[in-house]
Amino acid sequence: MSDISWGLWELLLNGVWITVQLTVYSAALGVVVAFGIGIARTHHLRIVRFLSGAYFEIFRGTSALILMFWMFFVLPMGFGWQLIPMWAAVLTLGLTYGAYGSEVVRGAIAAVSPGQREAGIALSFSPTQQLRKIVLPQAWPEMIPPFNNLLIELLKGTALVSILGVPDIAFGAQLVRNATTQSAPVYTIILVMYFVLAFVLTRGMRVVERHAKAGIGQAPPKRAGLTTKLSIGKQSRPIGPVARTAAGPAVDAPAEGDV
Amino acid sequence: MTFDWSAVGDFMPMFWRGVVVTLEVLALGSLMAFALGLVWALAQRSSLKVVRWPVTAVTEFVRNTPLLVQLFFLYYVMPEWGITLTAMVTGVIGLGLHYSTYTAEVYRAGIDGVPAGQWEAATALSLPRSRTWIAVILPQAIRRVVPALGNYVIAMLKDSPMLFAIGVLEMLGEARQFSSETFQTVEPYTVVGIAFILIAYPASLLLRALERRLVR
Repeated sequence: MSDISWGLWELLLNGVWITVQLTVYSAALGVVVAFGIGIARTHHLRIVRFLSGAYFEIFRGTSALILMFWMFFVLPMGFGWQLIPMWAAVLTLGLTYGAYGSEVVRGAIAAVSPGQREAGIALSFSPTQQLRKIVLPQAWPEMIPPFNNLLIELLKGTALVSILGVPDIAFGAQLVRNATTQSAPVYTIILVMYFVLAFVLTRGMRVVERHAKAGIGQAPPKRAGLTTKLSIGKQSRPIGPVARTAAGPAVDAPAEGDV
Repeated sequence: MTFDWSAVGDFMPMFWRGVVVTLEVLALGSLMAFALGLVWALAQRSSLKVVRWPVTAVTEFVRNTPLLVQLFFLYYVMPEWGITLTAMVTGVIGLGLHYSTYTAEVYRAGIDGVPAGQWEAATALSLPRSRTWIAVILPQAIRRVVPALGNYVIAMLKDSPMLFAIGVLEMLGEARQFSSETFQTVEPYTVVGIAFILIAYPASLLLRALERRLVR
């Protein structure tokens, strides 16, 4: 570890900044796409549902890395559009994870009880008003835990840009590896960096969730996060019967629940 | 935009080789993820802190860090420790290990979903612990989680192009090689992108059908 000089550390830290930027911009684009497509998938017009569904299936079906290669190499060659690598990466990640997010949005909207919408109709709210004033405020808190999983996936996805030469953490690590001719220290360091970033994001999302739940008068559920899992004293699980609610399969499995 | 169909034809032999490698990696990686995930899930239910604690810490760490960096770690660091594996084997291990931390959560949810009465019945019949697990709990738990496991197979398929970064010639690797040999970039990447959709979409339809059958 002592082999990594200050200059090389600076390289890694600059990489952290690029990774953070990529995550933030892609997440912003992803949220816009997720809400746009997610709401369009609940639209009453069949054609809107079909088009947004097609978008979802296409971006969900292909691999983010392939799409990134496509953006980097095919767009400039085939169409003459040369994007700045950073923005090509943001576009790819935002569109891909936005597609995953649209499923979260669609699911959360579908989970709002129909009586709520009917109440909106009874009060002669317009469809937009129903969505904005009644449905979304109730659906929003339900979206946050799955959005958190997607955010972590997005953070992990940003490492792909290093293959295409965007100087993020993983790219910096390659340079440091070449300079020090040692792999173990630098890769251990950057794995820890990614883990810390993921941890910070998860904590942040917990705060957002608590706010959102408080907004509609609910307390956030106690979930088995890393800290609760590791605080061993509280949760000594016996092997054997533990009364639990029989949830469906893998409802709380991490990340893309429905890939 | 010019789309040269003859380039697509030229790419085909390499493409099929890439498909075979991708499917091999996927099959082996899935087996590893399914097996290791079950080990993690059972270890996390252990009554021993020395087992539960490290397994939980390691799986959380692996799940929250990028697969690409883990692949680099395995590929570059293991030789420093005296273990030299081919790129393909490294890729399978990386993919399998990464996704085993996801399947572990899937198994955990499946095991938690088995009604407590099943445990009580096993106790009432004084079945030994191993038999309770093998004959009573796991068959019910795994049946419920097959679709969720399948989802992760599709996720693995979509992460398999990352293996090209450590030199495995799967679909993307072949496309890259083809484009550097012939300077045709549009066709190979487009073909590979469409191939992914053509594999992933029917697979996800199949899973939805399976889900309707298995999960009630």
